[in-house]
Amino acid sequence: MNFTVDENGFYGSFGGAYIPEMLFPNVEELKDKYLKIMNEESFITEYNNLLKDYVGRPTPLYFAKRLSEHFKAKIYLKREDLCHTGAHKINNTLGQILLAKRLGKRRIIAETGAGQHGVATATVCALMGFDCIVYMGEIDMERQKPNVERMKMLGAQVVPATSGSKTLKDATNEAIRDWINNPSDTHYIIGSVVGPHPYPDMVARFQAIISKEVRAQLKEKTGSENPDYVIACVGGGSNAAGAFFHYLNEKDVKLVAVEAAGMGVDSGYSAATTFLGKPGVLHGSKTLLMQTADGQIVEAHSISAGLDYPGIGPIHSHLFETGRAEFLAITDKEAFRAAVLLSKLEGIIPALESSHAIASMAKLNLKPSDTVVVNLSGRGDKDLMTYITRKEEFLKD
Amino acid sequence: MDTKIQVKNRLTAAFSENQKPLLNIYFTAGYPALNDTLPVLRALQNACVDMVEIGMPFSDPLADGPVIQRSSEIALENGMTIKGLFEQIKDMRKEIHIPVLLMGYINPVLRYGIEKFCEDAAAVGIDGVIIPDLPVREYMEDYEEIFQKNNLSNIFLVTPHTSPERLKLIDDHATGFIYAVSTDSTTGNTKDIKQQEEYFSRLKGSGLKNPLMIGFNVRDKESFAFATNYAKGAIIGSAFVKAITGSKNLEKDIDVFIKGIR
Ligand SMILES: Cc1ncc(COP(=O)(O)O)c(C=O)c1O
Repeated sequence: MNFTVDENGFYGSFGGAYIPEMLFPNVEELKDKYLKIMNEESFITEYNNLLKDYVGRPTPLYFAKRLSEHFKAKIYLKREDLCHTGAHKINNTLGQILLAKRLGKRRIIAETGAGQHGVATATVCALMGFDCIVYMGEIDMERQKPNVERMKMLGAQVVPATSGSKTLKDATNEAIRDWINNPSDTHYIIGSVVGPHPYPDMVARFQAIISKEVRAQLKEKTGSENPDYVIACVGGGSNAAGAFFHYLNEKDVKLVAVEAAGMGVDSGYSAATTFLGKPGVLHGSKTLLMQTADGQIVEAHSISAGLDYPGIGPIHSHLFETGRAEFLAITDKEAFRAAVLLSKLEGIIPALESSHAIASMAKLNLKPSDTVVVNLSGRGDKDLMTYITRKEEFLKD
Repeated sequence: MDTKIQVKNRLTAAFSENQKPLLNIYFTAGYPALNDTLPVLRALQNACVDMVEIGMPFSDPLADGPVIQRSSEIALENGMTIKGLFEQIKDMRKEIHIPVLLMGYINPVLRYGIEKFCEDAAAVGIDGVIIPDLPVREYMEDYEEIFQKNNLSNIFLVTPHTSPERLKLIDDHATGFIYAVSTDSTTGNTKDIKQQEEYFSRLKGSGLKNPLMIGFNVRDKESFAFATNYAKGAIIGSAFVKAITGSKNLEKDIDVFIKGIR
């Protein structure tokens, strides 16, 4: 079985580049150059130096003793929450901005849902002195005010997406439209393993640093590079792609991808794409999508804005279809309670997205001998308002 | 692949029969009201437009500007679907003789089923299809045969940045016309197509087998006249959709708009 992208940008039957002709030259240029640039000595050196000194890598692999006692397994947390700006997103934005520099593009656009990718993009633009325009759904701008202010403080212009459902999907539409209108000087930094080829592969490669480090760290701590499980949440799927990357061909390592069930998979307020989706095309790739019988994309729902997307990256559709990864769905309530649990047991306040991965361990029949790596994709500071306002509702009974 | 079947339909005929510049109007199905599709089509034919594109609304029309985004959103709220559209136009060929194309994004078409879509389109008398996010390579591998079997033209877009090699590839697989996107933009932008003389001249002189139509940001008499200096015709979308937005008398407003173009 092959889990890497083929030369046409497909993972099995998913992926490709379904883009209007207006985007063809940009996407083609990227496709022709990304691997070459990423393999250049000077690129690797600059990227690695910044990952170390600016992002703070390697992030620790932490043995969570009390959490392990709770779930009765040996649980290690990959601490992406300790990255600069508070999530894994910067592994990708840093890589892409160095690439944009080499492509001679100094106007950067991005989409953002929760604002984490927007902040990570604004951050690296400040670092490089590039122009930064971030599209964000009008509703998300309201929900995630502190991140909007952060982006502005970093010098970015935040443009509200006022079309459609006014959330992440629409912000992505607006960013793509911007790129159509500004094809020459602009690079689009996509925030997850979505979009037309080569984006899913490129973003996965930048995030692959996560599993590269895990292998070395686990070997040092346990004598083996391979755990029994690797668990990560999936919005578009970039932190999961990064956490799985170096384990894709290790058959003994079970990969668990955790989607947001929202108020329940069948409640009508969910983002559990593999449970509810059908193959389709959105934002340039063929993948599983939540859609109506008529092929209109439906709105996703999750308490965590970062998982609030009606699709998943094509690599995950392929992992689902082939059975290489197990997909679970965690409700808003289960995720919220897992966040409180981790805070109390380990003194770590996780992002609501990452809390879905924590919560999933209750559904896995873990054995005491199992070694489990959970990718803790981000920290919970951004979710404090949600933790304050929804406490009563989610913690009673 | 030299087993190519000739596509011959009202659209291909329109180009061989006409010398005057052709006017092609885009409008969104099910807009302004659900059942306006056929009345708008009728009014356009009465106003002597040469061909039309009926937009199949999609929730995420990423090549479109605000005007067509909004018309798509309203059409979907009105309950427009591909199935519903075929129902609305199933008898159109009793009265409509101009070429009719469908324009829309790939996802609803895939959901409908590409074979069934082409068969049903052919059955109601559709001549061609424009799917901006269907790439040439995919079309060649998976769709070309189905289109040809149903005698449907497939219209590809080219832009100021389309390379000569790619232009040739597109010309080899196009049937009907080549849709030249006037500027680097989504639909209904305010960029001035007059700046595009070099690009239009280049296309005109590139020896294409297929006729050329220029679209995107063609909006009035002046831009129509300018574009048709370089191409067999031009396509007006957003400006037309805007003109019928809030219309109290579609027939009259459509006539006035078209008379204002030529
Ligand atoms: C902390 C955190 N985890 C996960 C995600 C989901 O994105 P992905 O699935 O691409 O990792 C986000 C997105 O905003 C995030 O901020």
